[in-house]
Amino acid sequence: MAEPTTLPRLLLRNARDFATRTAIREKDRGIWQSYTWAEYHAQVRDFALGLAALGFKRGDRLSVIGDNRPRLYWAQVAAQCLGGVSVPVYQDSIARELAFVWNHADVSVIVAEDQEQVDKVVTLRAELPTLRFVIYDDARGMLHYKHEWLKSFADVQALGREFGRTHAGDFEAAIEQGQGDDLAFVCYTSGTTGNPKGAMLTHANALETAKTAMRAEDFRLDDDYLAYLPMAWVGDAFYTLIMSVVVGFAINCPESPETVQRDLRELGPTLVLAPPRIWENMLTAVQVKGADAPPLKRRVFERFRRAAEQAEILRSEDKPIPLGLRLTCALGEFFVYGPVRDQLGLRRTRWALTGGAPLGPDTFRFFRSIGVNLKQVYGSTETTGLVSLQPSREANPTTAGRPCPGIDVKIGERGEVLVKSAGIFRGYLKNDEATREVIDRDGWFHTGDAGFIDPRGHLVIIDRAKDVGALSDGTPFAPQFVENKLKFSPYIREAVAFGDQRAFVTAMIAIDVNTVGNWAERRSLAYTSYMDLSQKPEIRKLIRDEIRKCNETLPEAGKVRRFLLLTKDLEADDAEMTRTRKVRRRFVAEKYAPVLDAFYGGGDEVELVTTITYEDGRQATLKSRARLEDVEEAPVRG
Amino acid sequence: MSALVEIREVSKTFGGVQAVTRVSLDVTKGDIVSVIGPNGAGKTTVLNMISGFYHPDSGRIALGGRDVTDLAPSKIAELGVARTFQNIALFRGMTVLDNLMLGRHVHMKSGVLASFVYWGLAQKEEVRHRKRVEDIIDFLKIQDLRRRPTGSLAYGLQKRVELGRALALDPKVLLLDEPMGGMNQEEKEDMARFILDVNEEWGTTIILIEHDMGVVMDISDRVAVLDMGQKIAEGSPDEVRANPAVIKAYLGDTKGGGAREARRG
Repeated sequence: MAEPTTLPRLLLRNARDFATRTAIREKDRGIWQSYTWAEYHAQVRDFALGLAALGFKRGDRLSVIGDNRPRLYWAQVAAQCLGGVSVPVYQDSIARELAFVWNHADVSVIVAEDQEQVDKVVTLRAELPTLRFVIYDDARGMLHYKHEWLKSFADVQALGREFGRTHAGDFEAAIEQGQGDDLAFVCYTSGTTGNPKGAMLTHANALETAKTAMRAEDFRLDDDYLAYLPMAWVGDAFYTLIMSVVVGFAINCPESPETVQRDLRELGPTLVLAPPRIWENMLTAVQVKGADAPPLKRRVFERFRRAAEQAEILRSEDKPIPLGLRLTCALGEFFVYGPVRDQLGLRRTRWALTGGAPLGPDTFRFFRSIGVNLKQVYGSTETTGLVSLQPSREANPTTAGRPCPGIDVKIGERGEVLVKSAGIFRGYLKNDEATREVIDRDGWFHTGDAGFIDPRGHLVIIDRAKDVGALSDGTPFAPQFVENKLKFSPYIREAVAFGDQRAFVTAMIAIDVNTVGNWAERRSLAYTSYMDLSQKPEIRKLIRDEIRKCNETLPEAGKVRRFLLLTKDLEADDAEMTRTRKVRRRFVAEKYAPVLDAFYGGGDEVELVTTITYEDGRQATLKSRARLEDVEEAPVRG
Repeated sequence: MSALVEIREVSKTFGGVQAVTRVSLDVTKGDIVSVIGPNGAGKTTVLNMISGFYHPDSGRIALGGRDVTDLAPSKIAELGVARTFQNIALFRGMTVLDNLMLGRHVHMKSGVLASFVYWGLAQKEEVRHRKRVEDIIDFLKIQDLRRRPTGSLAYGLQKRVELGRALALDPKVLLLDEPMGGMNQEEKEDMARFILDVNEEWGTTIILIEHDMGVVMDISDRVAVLDMGQKIAEGSPDEVRANPAVIKAYLGDTKGGGAREARRG
């Protein structure tokens, strides 16, 4: 039999071949509830037929908004079964962004998790001419919502079962009609400038990338994956809607965003994908627990942690590990590493990936040393989420790994990374100009990232290509490179470095209110708010010392000379960052122009007037004063 | 239609203080009724008389047609009246889950010995109660707090858990004493949403005391206004808002206001 060419065809295969295997679990009422592939298929079929009864046709677009819930996944698969397209959105987007995406993608059906999400759609209803139906998962609080266009998930499924009686075979026929070149997803990329762009991904993109991933990495039928990352992010879609369907492994939905850590531990997933932020949080949790432990335990932990780190460094340098160290590590595995992995829910994890942003070398090494096979992955929405991956034996904190088999990578002008593969997207929806900018005549996708291939053949990413500039003396300057080094400090949450066409490097810093707050509490330093804390002399000194440490690893010309502590964190709601927490550099530079002037004009203090946007779109202005600081005693002046 | 809770001319004095004077109130099944009024107006006393904490000196209280005036609080709880307190009343050292399970107490039938052995019916019963408690945990979105001691929770969350503890009783009537007291705006909005959802989802009749007029006017079907132990107005939120006696009680006039000050002093 021919190989299935679309995701829905694979679903039919799974329902037949893996009928009794678990496809998806959801923690509900404190208990993990499982659905087999046969049940998954039945749920999808009923919903799809319900959609068909409501007039959903080939090529129509369905959007989902909410937490990771089985029904929201089924809705997306159901749309694809009918030849439709899934357009997942970030639920924390503000109203304007949501309206833009839903309109731009001509979304006709929105499946919303609960009342909170439905309310967002209700407010925007008048602005969404193409929207025909809103379907909700959780019926709580919805009793008094009486709209023709509002239906419950269960009602649509009931409608589907009814419709199926008179239209037997419609569902299978719709799947039969589907082709590999049909669109499966439109994933909106947050974009560091302007409106989001909708990357069109086909079933062929999905299946080809899945094949590539299976060649590069070990996926198994009995794997477990915890689906807790935003559904609108290609990384989540890749595991939950592509790899799970292709391989047949189970995806697991946590009970709520707040319980993820606990659910992770209960489940013990075998594959883990997490952005650096999550790994850092886990490490912090371990360190906090460690600090609270009795002295003996703390010493044992510290002793074995250091041994493991030594061994890991030797291993990464391909040097032999002395027998004594190996014995220590074996003991450590029993007393420390195993139990710690168990506490974190990583005991069964065969491999774990970090991507999206660089992860601090200390954090990276910590997880590897306690036996978590943590590796870096590089990809983007436009490449269906996968370009390169570190093989288990070549994991290291600096590279983005080897380009996966079947994916061609080369370095173009200005050091830009170019990619060519069957996973490259079909272009941006209704935006040919933007598409032409990134896919050239020969089919190379221009990632916009600057990087190089190291002697080992690993891809190394330095920065966004357009951000790489030069200091006024001509020294190349990659802001992100500096920022990442700064962000490796546990006290620094965000950093924005400046220096292009300037005499020296400066940085605006947003402190990490948790770690800095904790630091202050331990020193009985009272504070009232983020703003207050950020401007304490003690905290300025703390951060200055952190910057000095970081400066030691930077070349002389690239050292950070002056800095300022922001009086509020950078926020996606204020358009300072993208939803995936990447700094929108140009916007920030404009918004904080007075700071830049003061940095290079020699001022000592600057007034920050910031507009804060709440989630519901309301705005408020905040005025505050912040001090500019010199990193070294001898002040520099531009 | 006869009222679910009928309060007829109840009065209560503490020593020489006349706390409540001949107050009557009918609460229709499925309504949300707010009792408002200045401090010391007797609101909590009325609530305490409904729940059996106090017994009125005169007057009657009936629940679903049955006279409950002189019943003990535990008996009234068994009849389906649950309440929360102005000052949170939870077991601070116990987990959220245990506090809620305790709220199921009136429904538990197994004896000490059977529960101790935890076998057969006792086990089945526990599972059944746990299921109900899990529904409430899900409803109030406190899944992440199951194993946390209530004493370690933020104030607003403790209030939420206390509502959960009251809901665990599966009440027909829910008495809420300042459910939003001391909360910030966001917590208030959440709580208002929960109160409406309880009412909508389970048809629970709710009598609440609250100071935040915005919330009261938004969520109540009816509002009763007490001042100096007497009911001075009752009606829909709009009627009450327009009532001159209410405006006077809240804003006071020179004579009236002075008199009250004198009395309190």
